[in-house]
This record gives sequence, structure tokens and C-alpha cells, in this order.
Amino acid sequence: MKNAPIHILLADDDADDRMIFRDAFEELKMKTYVQTVNDGVELMNYLNTDDAKLPHVLFLDLNMPLKNGLQCLEEIRKSKKLRELSVAIYSTSSSEANIEETFIKGANIYIKKPTEFATLKKVLSEVMAINWQYQTSGLNKETFMLSI
Amino acid sequence: MKLYLKYNINVSFKRILQDKFNKMGVEYDLASLNEVDIKKEISPEDFKQLNMELNEYGIEIVENQKNALVQKIKDTIMEMIYIEEKLPTEKISSYLGEKLNHSYSYIANLFSAETYTTIENFIIFQKIEYAKQLMIAEGLTLTEVAYRLNYSSTAHLSAQFKKTTGLTASVFQRIIAKRHESLEKVEEMI
Repeated sequence: MKNAPIHILLADDDADDRMIFRDAFEELKMKTYVQTVNDGVELMNYLNTDDAKLPHVLFLDLNMPLKNGLQCLEEIRKSKKLRELSVAIYSTSSSEANIEETFIKGANIYIKKPTEFATLKKVLSEVMAINWQYQTSGLNKETFMLSI
Repeated sequence: MKLYLKYNINVSFKRILQDKFNKMGVEYDLASLNEVDIKKEISPEDFKQLNMELNEYGIEIVENQKNALVQKIKDTIMEMIYIEEKLPTEKISSYLGEKLNHSYSYIANLFSAETYTTIENFIIFQKIEYAKQLMIAEGLTLTEVAYRLNYSSTAHLSAQFKKTTGLTASVFQRIIAKRHESLEKVEEMI
């Protein structure tokens, strides 16, 4: 049931953030496979290749050069192939207006990047638990919104 | 006279499975020594029979039994929320225990071990999901939803909604409305 590893993809241009993110998942008692890309262009190129393995959850940094998170999100929601992806926005901004805008554009989860490592672990494990519910219980993805 | 035996457990094990599965007419693939992929669903009776036959060799179908019970727990909870449309008057723990014929602590532990959540959280989560559906699809107000889902008050539902989703119910409704608006705009453009 929860034996197959969960495929996680993170797009973030900050190398430190990518490392901390990986560390957090390594410490969680969850079988995961964490893949990272360095910016939005690399992300969309990967997702649009024919045989790309799509992740169970995509974590998307908002502020990235070349193509930012919001642009990626819009492309994903317009794509037939990618539309159903669970997208978690992973951002330092915590303005309510920002959060609302990303949900309107189709985000499922909004994570305010925690500064404490312990908090990050807790947040990520909650996110994964909820995402898992949507994956396995056949729930309506349209109403999948979590701000954490 | 004494005979000295050497075993190749691998071969024995495969042979036992082959015999038993063939006997039941079940097509299978051996994924590993303790994992079998079954091509088609088998009936609960056949499943029981198969498990019994394997038990003679000290083999037990573990995962599927657990999975089946977890699924039953989920189904019972969903039924409780969606179909009966009100939670039982007795305590949920005794209700589930009775319906599923196991002690609640066994059920609760199994559920937590096999899923990423606890029964309590699962129930809250499902109720909030249903609340969303009722608001969007049936246009119910928060007060109507609270009544329908047996919350003690609108405030209680509202607080649980915020705690579970991180959003207030009104922001949630606004987001859904705006999503629909922008969809319509796209459709007009096409």
C-alpha cells in the first residue's frame, strides 16, 4: 500500500534550499525518491519529454530566473498531459494575495518555506500525508487546496 | 539408513506457489520471493481457499489481508459520512469496532501503520472534503453544511475547515469562483 516509493520533484534555483529539502525527506520515515531541477525551463523541458516519469508531487519555487513558478504552473494546468499533477508552491512569500493568486491559477498546496529545519520536516510530512489521501481515495482534485 | 537432504528453498517455494496457483486457476507473476502479482481479481472465496492451502506450507498472505481491512475501514468511514449523512450517535471507536469486528485499538494501529494518517485525521479530512463538495456542488452555506454533517456549531466547522486546509471557507469559495471565471474567459477566447 505505501510500499512503492513516492516520486517527488523539486524545482528551485537555490542550491542550499535544494539540499535542505533533500535532507528533510531523508530524515522522514517515508520511502521517497527526490528528484531536483534548477529552474523552470529545465522543469518544463523535463515534464514535456515523452517518456518523463511524472512525480506524485511537484514542489515549485515561485522566484526562479528564466521561467518562474507561476508561469510553470500555468503551463502545467493548460497541458492535457500534466493537468492532473499535484502542485505544491514552495515559496518564501507569505502574502495572502500571493497565496490566493496561486490557488486561483491551480496550485494544490502553498507552503511558506519554514526557516527551521524541524518545522520543514513537519510541514513536508503533513503535505505528503494529505497528498497521499488525494492519490489513494479518488478524491476530487479540483478542491485539493492546502495552505501550510 | 539415514538420508541427508539438501534444500533449495527457492525452488521449493516457487514450486509450491506454482502448484497452488495453478490449482486455483489463478494467473500470476512472481515479483520476488514474497510478492506475487495476480493478473485478475480473485473472488473472496478463492482468496480464502488459496490462503488456506498456502497456510499448510507455513505461507500466509499478509499484505493483502491488511490492505483489505484498511480498505474496509475507509469504506466504513466514507459510508458513515456520505451515505448515512450523519455520524453514529455512539462513539466512533465503538461503532467502527463493532462494524469491523476487531478491537478499535487494533484497527487504529493498523490504519496508522498502513496509511500516512490516523483514523481521527482521516475522518476530519473526509468530512471537510464533503463540506467542500456540498458548498460547491449544492451551494449550501456553511451553516447548512454544519447541520448536515452534524457539527455542534458553524464555528466548529469553520475552525476545522481552516485548520485542515489552511484557508477559511470563504477564501476557498472565492478561489473556486475565480477559477471558474478564468476558465470561462479562456473558453470565450476559443
